[in-house]
Amino acid sequence: MDDQLKQRLQAIVDGHKIVLFMKGTRSFPQCGFSATVVEVLKRLEAEYETVNILADADVRQGMKEYSNWPTFPQLYVEGRFVGGCDIVRDMFTAGELKPIVDKALGRESATQTA
Amino acid sequence: MVEPAVLEELIRTKIEGVTHVAIEDLTGTKDHFQAVVVSPAFATLNRVEQHQAVYRALGELMAGPVHALALQTFTPETWAQKRRLT
Repeated sequence: MDDQLKQRLQAIVDGHKIVLFMKGTRSFPQCGFSATVVEVLKRLEAEYETVNILADADVRQGMKEYSNWPTFPQLYVEGRFVGGCDIVRDMFTAGELKPIVDKALGRESATQTA
Repeated sequence: MVEPAVLEELIRTKIEGVTHVAIEDLTGTKDHFQAVVVSPAFATLNRVEQHQAVYRALGELMAGPVHALALQTFTPETWAQKRRLT
């Protein structure tokens, strides 16, 4: 990956509290795994940015390398790679994702579970 | 297309101490799989690192022949726990 692309990816990751690299858009996910993570973020009432990797071959190839992760979706929160669909869903189910999202968005973590 | 047995063999040879592997062909097309991998080697890794270890074991297969891989990783302890629960 060349430096310019790396810097571009870094800027996307650092530029948003929560960013989801996915296939399609949040309204029209093009893949069930991406749709699952969109649904999880919706349930958490999270504000987040999405990047449609199907619309940008450089980002698609680059993020595989950047995250050392061969598949999409890829969820980043506060600049850290959280995981793909399986991890995100497991963390959500275990109640581990909400505090991370709340912290990123500067929200008080409610005591009730999602 | 990839035979599930090929994936299992790679996982067993490239990841240390694997005690259980189950690969399921989700679509019957040999490109969408679900995998459960159990190894004590996962104990010192976080979830992302555990999945990265499996992806690394599968190497180039992840860059084309395998279109999707739903993945669950466990240590023998967490695997035993899960089996008690389900």
